[in-house]
Amino acid sequence: MTWIWSNLDLIWDRTFDHLVLSVPSIVLSFIVALPFGWLAHRYRASRAVILTSVGLLYAIPSLPLFIVLPFIVGTSIRSPLNLIIALTLYGVALMVRVVADGLGAVDRDVRQSATAVGFSGWTVFWQVELPLAGPVLLAGLRVVAVSTVSLATVGAVIGAQSLGSLFTDGIQRGIQAEIIAGIIATVLLALALDGALVLLGRLLMPWTRPSAIGTVSRTSAALAEATP
Amino acid sequence: MIEFRSVTKRFPDGTLAVDDFSLVLPSHKTTVFVGTSGSGKTTLLRMINRMVDPTSGCIEIDGADISTLDPVKLRRGIGYVMQNSGLLPHRKVVDNVATVPMLRGMPKKKARDEALALLDTVGLDRSLAGRYPSQLSGGQQQRVGVARGLAVNPNILLMDEPFGAVDPIVRAELQQELLRLQRELGKTVVFVTHDIDEAFLLGDQVVILRTGGKIAQIGSPAEILANPVDEFVSTFVGADRGKRSLHVENHGDGDVVVDETGRLAGVLVGAPPSLAAAATAPFEPESKAGPQGSGASAQGGDPR
Repeated sequence: MTWIWSNLDLIWDRTFDHLVLSVPSIVLSFIVALPFGWLAHRYRASRAVILTSVGLLYAIPSLPLFIVLPFIVGTSIRSPLNLIIALTLYGVALMVRVVADGLGAVDRDVRQSATAVGFSGWTVFWQVELPLAGPVLLAGLRVVAVSTVSLATVGAVIGAQSLGSLFTDGIQRGIQAEIIAGIIATVLLALALDGALVLLGRLLMPWTRPSAIGTVSRTSAALAEATP
Repeated sequence: MIEFRSVTKRFPDGTLAVDDFSLVLPSHKTTVFVGTSGSGKTTLLRMINRMVDPTSGCIEIDGADISTLDPVKLRRGIGYVMQNSGLLPHRKVVDNVATVPMLRGMPKKKARDEALALLDTVGLDRSLAGRYPSQLSGGQQQRVGVARGLAVNPNILLMDEPFGAVDPIVRAELQQELLRLQRELGKTVVFVTHDIDEAFLLGDQVVILRTGGKIAQIGSPAEILANPVDEFVSTFVGADRGKRSLHVENHGDGDVVVDETGRLAGVLVGAPPSLAAAATAPFEPESKAGPQGSGASAQGGDPR
């Protein structure tokens, strides 16, 4: 415990490093996954190819990827950018299928009626399909967030600073409290990001709130109809 | 005026949905396409706003060939109401109604103000404006659907089985609302249904379709009832089952109208004094005539 109290600054710094690695990765995986997921959803022929090849990305072991990537993209091995690219690839691997499934789950009637009243192709996507796929996208993004936070710790092995550095440092120097602090801080960070996403979802998708779909309001609506 | 000129539609899977179909739909009147499933009625409706393009033939709106028009622009000028309302579940009622005017570039504030006024028009309380569609009953959703269809003040209103999914009582209410709106607004309404009673109630011109989008008979409800051209039509309107042949019987308590199957179809209203007792008899036509509401047509054979 005393180690933790006397090293709060260090833990805080590593948490910040961890955020710098994981938040951009989560955001980027969402942005990159969107067009691929859309393609897989829109063109049946491309679906199997895209989903399989993207899924295979996830099969690449993380440590070799961290080491090989700098040779491909030309970053330094310890640069956060290297890690961010790698983590984004894993996030994309998870997220593309989610995007394809989320778009596929949008009610066909709603899409048709949107087209019938005069939404053009792109406005249907941005204003109808994407928001309605929102709950599925959010669920996928939560998985990506937690998995990214946990994967980011692996970077410590190759020397990229993160909460994982607390494990490696703790093991090397035999400080148990440091290892435990690293684990707990990683879990807390994952929970915090997950909570932030849930909150963001409530803000952006008010129609999915329990109060908006409650059975109580449905009953009262029926009553209102019965007594005009 | 909408004109179909030898329109044929063959889907990629080979189904011939509509075959050499020609028809004029007069302005400010309600034309009802009625037929069983597979009769191509919905396909015909969807060709008017280019949700479906014909394989051959052409469709003109006020003399303009619609295949030369931009589909998105065309659709934004035509009201469209579908079964299950087709509302956007993630937008509030008021925004659903304001959607299309905003797509056409109307400022949000103005579109919302007009949307509220439209809720009045379709008989919805303004307090519902801030709700999401899932918080409304089926009948209320359908009214919002009609309000959305009217939002751009279109000349043409396409209605694809709009009342098919609501219960019979609400359906009857919505039908009366539509008649009232139509008296006030005088739109060119194209209405699709499989319910012949609904067709006779709402239609100025009724088009009975058989499989493959072939016209079995066109005419006013009275013309079709009085002179069904063939067996298919008389089966479809129920004339062959005696459902439309009514006579008066005295049942002791008073005179009632009965069809050939012996089913009580209703009472004579505005009847001579001898029948007055029957006119105030405790049973209403609807309660005896089943969910189709055919009691309306029982009152003297004229569906109006």
